[in-house]
Amino acid sequence: MTANETELKALMLASLAGDGRSHHELLVRLSGYLRGFYRGRLSHTGRSVSEAEDLVQEALMAIHTGRHTYDQAAPLMPWVHAIARYKLLDYLRRTRLTVTDVGLDHAEDITAVDDHAGAESAFDLGRLLARLPERMRRAIELVKIEGLSVAEAAARCGASESAIKVNIHRGLKALGMEIAREGKP
Amino acid sequence: MKTDDLITMLSTQVEPVDRNRMGRSLALGVAFAAAVAALATLATFGVRSDLDHVHSLTYMIGKLTFTLTVVVIATIYLLRLARPGGERETSLLVLAAPFLAVMMLGALTLSTAPRSHWDHAVLGTHWIECIISIPLIAVVPFALTIWAMRHAMPTDLRRAGAAAGLVAGGLSATGYALHCIDDSMPFVALWYGATIALCAVTGALLGPRLLRW
Repeated sequence: MTANETELKALMLASLAGDGRSHHELLVRLSGYLRGFYRGRLSHTGRSVSEAEDLVQEALMAIHTGRHTYDQAAPLMPWVHAIARYKLLDYLRRTRLTVTDVGLDHAEDITAVDDHAGAESAFDLGRLLARLPERMRRAIELVKIEGLSVAEAAARCGASESAIKVNIHRGLKALGMEIAREGKP
Repeated sequence: MKTDDLITMLSTQVEPVDRNRMGRSLALGVAFAAAVAALATLATFGVRSDLDHVHSLTYMIGKLTFTLTVVVIATIYLLRLARPGGERETSLLVLAAPFLAVMMLGALTLSTAPRSHWDHAVLGTHWIECIISIPLIAVVPFALTIWAMRHAMPTDLRRAGAAAGLVAGGLSATGYALHCIDDSMPFVALWYGATIALCAVTGALLGPRLLRW
């Protein structure tokens, strides 16, 4: 965990500076941590693996859209853990499970295992995107899926670069909310 | 959707993150809230007219010290609670300290005053105006603070809502103190304390609804 912390925090700092490769690496490694955490919690309730994966994706979205809330002077993993825990509690509230069902009180004792198998959620990205307002969907499609730069996307849409950035940010936030809504069984 | 595909999407064209963004929106929200609270009181009541008396000025400064202490502590806690896991760095005792202090001072004043003065010391002349004005003036500042907090990711929504309510109530009471001519300590401890606390409780109740992400 301590070795992890140092490496993951370095990745986080690079990602905050705008390094896409570090961001990718960080999210891949955190997804393993989150998967172990959620599968461990949900296995007590007899819920499916795909429901744990729904939560992994929700938490990843929150980590991505909320990375400006990370205090760079503080360690990274408590921040990640607080998000993972919040999303689990939110899920329990939505599904009317209780904390005792999943034994959250022991969450801190159990080191989440790294687990990369069968990583697919029940969400359909295309369908979720279709629910977003046009300008957000378009900005996400051009930049985050087709890989155009913000400047190119701005030229293509006839919008300013900051408008594209704002639309991507709001769109991803809205997407996270859609995932949370959809995750209600 | 495969998690790998989601990660690839999120990692495409990553932009550098402005590390001051959250602090800036919170500071902006609280600053607007303060302006609204001050303007609302000044427009409705105006500043108390007896400020040429040294005593009135001293009492007003005393009341402002209390309300501004509440605002400062609540704002610091708001900034902490804005980050995931920030609730670990908050303590109820610190939040309650200014309230306990004025309650003790109020009790001290009453204990040294003759019984016949108690009614006036506690009720003052305008206690009804005070308990109506402070929560009412706090409404818009509360909305502004919550709006700013929605740019953040609090993981303890009750505490975050309570901190927002406390900021709004403290600012509102600060504004009201510019006008209020009831200067006794027991009055401040009871009516100011209770109305600000009411704002905090309201915030705690609304937090989970308003701040969910």
